[in-house]
Amino acid sequence: MTSPSVALSSYRDQHFRGSRHLQEHKLLSSCTLYVGNVSFYTTEEQLYELFGRAGDVKRIVMGLDKQRKTPCGFIFVEYFCREDAESCMRYINGTRLDDRIIRCDWDAGFVEGRQYGRGKTGGQVRDEYRTDYDPGRGGYGKIVAQKTVLPQA
Amino acid sequence: MSRRKFDEMSDYDSSRDRKRRRTDAVEIEDRLESLIIRVGEKSTSSLESNLEGLASVLEADINNYKSKILKILSDCAVTMPEKTTIYTTLVGLLNAKNYNFGGEFVDMMAKKLKEALKACMWRTARYVLRFFSDMVNCHVISTNSLLQLLHTLLDTARDDNSPQVRSDAYVYAVLSCLPWVGRELYEKKEQDLERLLKHIEIYIRKRTRKHVPGLRVWRSDRPHPQEEYLDCLWAQICKLRADMWQEKHIARPYVAFDSILCEALQHNIPPLTVPPHHPDNTYTFPWVVFRLFDYTDCPEGPVLPGAHSIERYLIEEHLHNILREHHTERKQCAAVLLDFPLKHKIPLEYMIVEVVLAELFHLPTPKYLEICFGSLLIELCKLQPATMPQVLAQAVELLYDRIDTMNVCCHDRFVSWFSYHLSNFQFKWSWDDWLDAAQLDPMHPRAKFIIEVLQRSMRLSYHQRIAEVVPEQFDCFVPAKPEHIFKYGAETAPEMEGGEVAQRLEACIRAKGNPTEVLQILRELPNPLRDGTEDEPSFNPLQVQIFTQVLLHLGSKSFSHSFAGITKFLKTSQNSCHPQLFEVLVGPNEEAQMVLLREMYEVWAKHQQMLVMLTDKLLRSHIASCATVANWIFSKEMQHDFTRSYIWEILHGTIRKMNKHVARLQKEVNEARERHSGRDSDDSSSDEEDSRPRPTEEEIERMEEKLEAVQADQKNLFLIIFQRFIMILSEHLVRCDTDGRDFNTHWYRWTIGRLQEIFMLHNTQVERYSQTLSTLLFTQDLDPHILDAFNQFVALRS
Repeated sequence: MTSPSVALSSYRDQHFRGSRHLQEHKLLSSCTLYVGNVSFYTTEEQLYELFGRAGDVKRIVMGLDKQRKTPCGFIFVEYFCREDAESCMRYINGTRLDDRIIRCDWDAGFVEGRQYGRGKTGGQVRDEYRTDYDPGRGGYGKIVAQKTVLPQA
Repeated sequence: MSRRKFDEMSDYDSSRDRKRRRTDAVEIEDRLESLIIRVGEKSTSSLESNLEGLASVLEADINNYKSKILKILSDCAVTMPEKTTIYTTLVGLLNAKNYNFGGEFVDMMAKKLKEALKACMWRTARYVLRFFSDMVNCHVISTNSLLQLLHTLLDTARDDNSPQVRSDAYVYAVLSCLPWVGRELYEKKEQDLERLLKHIEIYIRKRTRKHVPGLRVWRSDRPHPQEEYLDCLWAQICKLRADMWQEKHIARPYVAFDSILCEALQHNIPPLTVPPHHPDNTYTFPWVVFRLFDYTDCPEGPVLPGAHSIERYLIEEHLHNILREHHTERKQCAAVLLDFPLKHKIPLEYMIVEVVLAELFHLPTPKYLEICFGSLLIELCKLQPATMPQVLAQAVELLYDRIDTMNVCCHDRFVSWFSYHLSNFQFKWSWDDWLDAAQLDPMHPRAKFIIEVLQRSMRLSYHQRIAEVVPEQFDCFVPAKPEHIFKYGAETAPEMEGGEVAQRLEACIRAKGNPTEVLQILRELPNPLRDGTEDEPSFNPLQVQIFTQVLLHLGSKSFSHSFAGITKFLKTSQNSCHPQLFEVLVGPNEEAQMVLLREMYEVWAKHQQMLVMLTDKLLRSHIASCATVANWIFSKEMQHDFTRSYIWEILHGTIRKMNKHVARLQKEVNEARERHSGRDSDDSSSDEEDSRPRPTEEEIERMEEKLEAVQADQKNLFLIIFQRFIMILSEHLVRCDTDGRDFNTHWYRWTIGRLQEIFMLHNTQVERYSQTLSTLLFTQDLDPHILDAFNQFVALRS
């Protein structure tokens, strides 16, 4: 009987090297989680403090803007064992970090290169298209920001 | 040819028929299971009519599906204790229609009880016993037969050769079924009931309570007594008895069917022999009932049942069961808790908060991760935003009020939970209510609480945020800015011994120098240990100091930077041609490791979290040993921080790593033995198992030797820690005695509390070395205050 909080989401990494079947197999046994909606200013220390409450953290990889190499609002958390990663899905997913509700999802495993945002301007794709103003994620979405003409003083 | 075809066809047909019959049968069984499991859930019809209907359906199918129905019913009896009366009614109705079925069910349940007792499944046994008791109300079992069973179970109380926890399990089971059957026994067998209660009373009086002090969340009984669980239930049963066994909580559907049920013939429970005590048996740890609220804390509305009312016991048990069943799904857990049946009759939020906090503070250890409770409370606040947050705030205020006598383990958990909770609510809190704490000694539990909460809150956010969110009277509590101190910076290095070398070392490593180049620079340093004789000192402390300072300074930007810096100088496949610097400079030399740890502390004294992370990294990389870390914690240099929580975070993390190591090796040895003997493993990875070659006898021996060596390390670690505790505590007691001072200082209470914490958090592992500990360290001549901590731990299993 699958437990809803640890079930796979519908997201599949389009850049994954391998079949859908292999990706699913990896997701079902993974100890790595993707965490989204993180503030650009959240530090590694904060991440270890929160995610360490679900179990011993093996490593944390900060997602970076591909051009600027600065945090762009997502991370990978890897635990030593699946059970701890599941605890993270059960108890940390959907709670707040830096006042933001963070979202955790299973990841097939960190591979060099996956720490970079895939948006055209270097950050995450979602930050290209969003229309709201989010001070924790660089303000307006990239496309909106480019279109906005700042009023003269 | 045609005849053969005919035969083939007929075979095909009959096998298809057989298959169809099998799937039909499975479908019917599934349907029956679903009907039975779901009876009592929300329905458009009344419970009585559902039970009546279901009983008829089952009776019709009894002949064909008897064993399946028996199994489903007996499973439901045990897995859904809150529906006990529903299922006993169902069984009662079936028994009235079919006496043999009733008898077979009773036999099945008796077997279940026997198996549960043998397997030490005490909760299951309790629920079977409860089911038996309620079956008396449904005329399925005779009162005499039940009384006989209860007496048999109580006879274990006479056995002096078994631990108290064993007879406790039986007495608790008997007491906990009385709310169901007490009234019936009182009406029909009053004298027998009194005799039963007398036996229990004698037992309760003669029990020892040595385990109790170590299990209390608060040392004080003010304002609410913290009672041991069996004492509490006994008091609740006595009150129920004083109320003529009238209880208002349990729904009893069988009352509506009394005219049918009383026509039924009753069965006797087959006689039971209680399985004897075996040293391998495990028993439930005793506990102390957590009491936070009483009825005066709740606003106008439904009244909170008193501490000794049986309703309080029944409702709390049900709430704990909901947690047990749903704790892995917090959204569902919160929903089920808030949908509690009879929720309008009780101040539900208060009872939920008390039960959740009871689990969070449970001693020796909570059943689930602390964050499980934290996230559940947040979920409850989300679902009930008008009431939950206020009740929780009220709970925090009460906990803070009573924190003076709170157990050290619980104080830590309170700090950890509260800072986590605040981090989900922008750290908004009525800090002004606690301003009086600023006047207190910083070691006072209240002051310490605020200091540690701010520390943990800072870890979850950042320094400036916390400094701004608290009133200025709390500036004394705000943690230091978590910065590092580098001894060999540009201004200070020239005055330091080896300062010039340090600067060159920094430049070398910054320029990505390899370990050989780094070692070359370090070799220029003199060795302060050289005493003019021929003897080569075992290590060079100046080399260790400077290397540590420079490395940590270069990695000071983040944890990752520090870890990467350390990893660079560990042995890897890439740099195997170079010397492994930590091995060369430090190696297994404990003194050298101590210098390293001390220097690390010098660099990062203001960043507690970094110290925790670095120590963890050093242990995992085998640069420092667990024993050295333990000795470092108790060393003179760390006395100043000795009562800070992070120190204990480090020590417990160290012990846990050692425990995990032992457990891992034990598992490998067990698996290897099983593969060697050719037994199939049950788990799904058996395909991978088969491809590996069977381990040889030699390989297993080597693994066992490795395991023994690590177990020796584990034992040594505990011995070191306990020995150091005894030393500093004895020193303190003796000094206070000679000075004529009261020994019961804040420092003393924190330290003895930390000693107790070692026993609590690691009780399973410490148990293994209990004998050694009592012979070598915790001997009778030890000061009774210190010996008490050990005795309380031993009492958990005696």
